[in-house]
Amino acid sequence: MKKGISFRQAFFTLLKRDLQIAIRHKGDIFNPLLFFILVVTLFPLGIGPEPQVLSRVAPGVIWVAALLASMLSLERLFKADYADGSLEQMLLSPQPLPLMVLAKVLAHWLLTGVPLILVAPLLAVLLHLDNNSYGALIATLALGTPVLSLLGAIGVALTVGLHKGGVLLSLLILPLYIPVLIFATTAIDAAGLNLPYSGHLAIIGAMLVGSLILAPFAIGASLRVSTN
Amino acid sequence: MVEQNSSKALLSANQLTCIREERILFDELSFEITAGEIVQIEGPNGSGKTSLLRILAGLSRPYAGDVHYQGENITRVRDEFNDDLLYLGHLAGVKSELTAEENLNFNLRISGYDEFETGDILAKVNLAGFEEALAGHLSAGQHRRTALARLWHTNCKIWLLDEPFTAIDKKGVEELEHLFLAHSKRGGCVVLTTHQDMGIIGDDILRKISLEYRFV
Repeated sequence: MKKGISFRQAFFTLLKRDLQIAIRHKGDIFNPLLFFILVVTLFPLGIGPEPQVLSRVAPGVIWVAALLASMLSLERLFKADYADGSLEQMLLSPQPLPLMVLAKVLAHWLLTGVPLILVAPLLAVLLHLDNNSYGALIATLALGTPVLSLLGAIGVALTVGLHKGGVLLSLLILPLYIPVLIFATTAIDAAGLNLPYSGHLAIIGAMLVGSLILAPFAIGASLRVSTN
Repeated sequence: MVEQNSSKALLSANQLTCIREERILFDELSFEITAGEIVQIEGPNGSGKTSLLRILAGLSRPYAGDVHYQGENITRVRDEFNDDLLYLGHLAGVKSELTAEENLNFNLRISGYDEFETGDILAKVNLAGFEEALAGHLSAGQHRRTALARLWHTNCKIWLLDEPFTAIDKKGVEELEHLFLAHSKRGGCVVLTTHQDMGIIGDDILRKISLEYRFV
């Protein structure tokens, strides 16, 4: 009975399990995506079909909807594991906790972030987004949504032990989301005006790298506090 | 300074105090558990048995005092301690969306084992034929057995088991008792909570730690 699992194998074991569970629970994937699509499609109905107005608000609408969809889906990240005791087992496993947490966040992003990125260009057509802005839209979402998942997971880890943590969760993590929102939407606006936006992307990229390195430790520590 | 004899103890509790909901569950509780011991923590509901086990496992922090693993504070040697610890809480840690086999496979791999035959292990807990059944569709006892299956494939010395016999039938309890005895002969220790009387592990072997319900 030797113990021979490498960190990489442990990481992929957990990732595979979370994807497997989500695939058997399809609502987990489709609810946030449906929310995203509904919010974005309601805007042209609400503010009228003028292309100038719509293309002006398009970056903001898409990003705000993506941000809220990501927040809605976050609550389930640790809830089920907390309720059935798997979280305790994860905390007590000999594998490093930040690594395991990262696997869970990655699974969550693959299930909720990636579908948003794929659907966003289609919804952008609906909002008459400037033709030049599509590249920026996809790039900001690709760099920005993992940041949302990572930062959000800290808040979820802190509130997982509470019965009604929903409101507290939004208050905790919305301020952290705002910089991502600002830089992402200004990047898309800049692209629409044919201005360079690589500076904005670099800042979002820096946020991604920073949260990728620091957030797993913060999430792990928060989980230890929450299960105390 | 660590005392001389505590280095022999696998697990030792020093002056543990636990306070929940402004009630003292136990205070200045100290004991040592050495290799080969089977310890039952007993006491009425609400006396702090689960809290004590969670503190021993390092899941909860005591209000005061500390827990030592082979003479070292568990917060300092968490990796080595976790590597030698098997904790089963009263929540089984079994995913109802996964099959019995997938659950066991995941639990063992995440504990670090990579060579095992899930079918054989499940057969030992009488789950042969249920490998492909979703854990959510199993009975309460079978659900519990899926979690307990890990006990048959482990080289952890310290077993902390919270109510391991819940929903398990008489024969299953006997098998578990035999397993505990074998484990203690191999040099491990078992700490468990239960309200059930054990038939095979006699009072001569079983050590009891009693907690009382306190009103203050």
